[in-house]
Amino acid sequence: MLADDLRGMFYIALKDLKAYYFKPPNISWGILFPFAFILAFAIRNPGDLRGLVPGLLALTILFGTSSMEAIVIVFERRIGSLERLFLAPLRLPALLAGKLLGGMTFGLTVTLVVLAISLAVFGARGTDWLLLFLALLLSATAFSALGAFVSVAVREVFEAQTLANFIRFPMMFLGGVFVPVESLPVWLQVVARCLPLTYSVEALHAALSGGSWTTAALDLGALAVFSAVLFSLAVYTLSRHIE
Amino acid sequence: MNEIIQVESLTKIYPADKGRLPLRAVDGIDFAIHEGEVFGFLGPNGAGKTTIIRMLTGLSRPTAGRAQVLGLDLAADLPRIKKRIGVVPEASNLYDELTAFDNLLFAMQLYGVPRRERKARAEELLRRFRLGEKRDAPFAKLSRGMKRALTIAAALAHRPPLVFLDEPTTGLDVMSARSLRGMIVSLRDEGVTVFLTTHYLEEAERLCDRVAIIVKGKIVALDTVAGLRSGAQRKTIVEVTLAGADGQPEKRRLECEDGVESAVQRLLGETGGRRVLSIETLRPSLEDVFVQLTGLSAEVMLAEKGGKGGGNAGG
Repeated sequence: MLADDLRGMFYIALKDLKAYYFKPPNISWGILFPFAFILAFAIRNPGDLRGLVPGLLALTILFGTSSMEAIVIVFERRIGSLERLFLAPLRLPALLAGKLLGGMTFGLTVTLVVLAISLAVFGARGTDWLLLFLALLLSATAFSALGAFVSVAVREVFEAQTLANFIRFPMMFLGGVFVPVESLPVWLQVVARCLPLTYSVEALHAALSGGSWTTAALDLGALAVFSAVLFSLAVYTLSRHIE
Repeated sequence: MNEIIQVESLTKIYPADKGRLPLRAVDGIDFAIHEGEVFGFLGPNGAGKTTIIRMLTGLSRPTAGRAQVLGLDLAADLPRIKKRIGVVPEASNLYDELTAFDNLLFAMQLYGVPRRERKARAEELLRRFRLGEKRDAPFAKLSRGMKRALTIAAALAHRPPLVFLDEPTTGLDVMSARSLRGMIVSLRDEGVTVFLTTHYLEEAERLCDRVAIIVKGKIVALDTVAGLRSGAQRKTIVEVTLAGADGQPEKRRLECEDGVESAVQRLLGETGGRRVLSIETLRPSLEDVFVQLTGLSAEVMLAEKGGKGGGNAGG
């Protein structure tokens, strides 16, 4: 059974990447959108451009993983092809993990392009590669699970897009991408601590500037918890679609 | 005879929703399907046909009752059952963005067909379903009949011994429907057990070894088509066509309860030496049986599905 689950996961991810993700508009949108935001912010507030790189990477992963992920499942449900996966010999968590894997692979691929450009411009001095790898991986997992949860929680594609933006845009401004969380009012800092993007930005900041593993470990732990909770919620919600 | 599906007291009740009362879609049905037969569920829209398929394939949880599929318990062994069945839903639901070939490949990947066999098997299925020329065409670009054929091909990709076909010819043109029926017959010839639902009486009559007529979630009759006919009407009608005095043929009918032979003798005795052009035995059609058992007309059934479509148009 485990072999069936793993095989199903792999091929669902592969199929999603081929059918939905690796299309020119998705790739260009995935890279340009975070760049445009950061560029706008940098023009308005020129200064420590290198300090914006963790936020840029976190935004790229967030939008790269969740944009398509948030609509893939609801789209397949609308056209009936999600039933094909329900009928396949694999368990529901494996089905959803396949969906997550597709979103993560695309998000990480786009992010690696942005990372390569950032390192070429600003250099790699002080980068903790292991921490960077873990931060990217756990961020991709958490954001992909967020996208999957959004996708199973709604019935229409436009509802998925609306809900995803309702969650992502406030997160973008509160998650430490543009301004440090510490500079926010206390009550907004509390809100920021409930958002996975905050921990992603912090972990990536630590990875790129040789920060402490002690605090980074907490960030990675928080991202792992977000991943597990959002994934479990998505599996539970999806299971309710079986009448 | 091996029973490939056994169902006991299977029930599905949809709970009350948005002001609607609870719906008893399937009402404690019992039936068994023999290995290698084409078994048809015939009934009007909303009779519970699709709900039964959804329960037997794991898409819907039964409210009560039990079922065994391929000798495995539905409640306990669903993943193992899924591995050995093929399902063709009412709507063709492959992936628009993938080509015909890639859709078949994905079906085989999901079901664990060995890598070395996949390409040859996909090519074989494309040839068999006359889709060879559409190998690299996206599913979205295929005609409705081709989409249906490819959806059936995908369900067969892992060589399941049991195939569920939900309304396989609904909405197809005459030629596509005819072609698909030929494919269903060839499946039976290969030993595949086919469980199909249909609202086309003629389709059930042509294809099915046995038919269950279902109305409002209950099976009202289950037998071979011949058995249903004989059960519905014990009388046989003999029709003799005679050459008329004015050159026009004249038809005479006689209902008989004591055998065809005596009826023919009686009719021939009444010919008065006129030339007999033909003698036919008229038996009740499945439509007659259906109307008698359900009180519904065949036209009502077809109208519910949006017209006669290809499925009713012969073949």
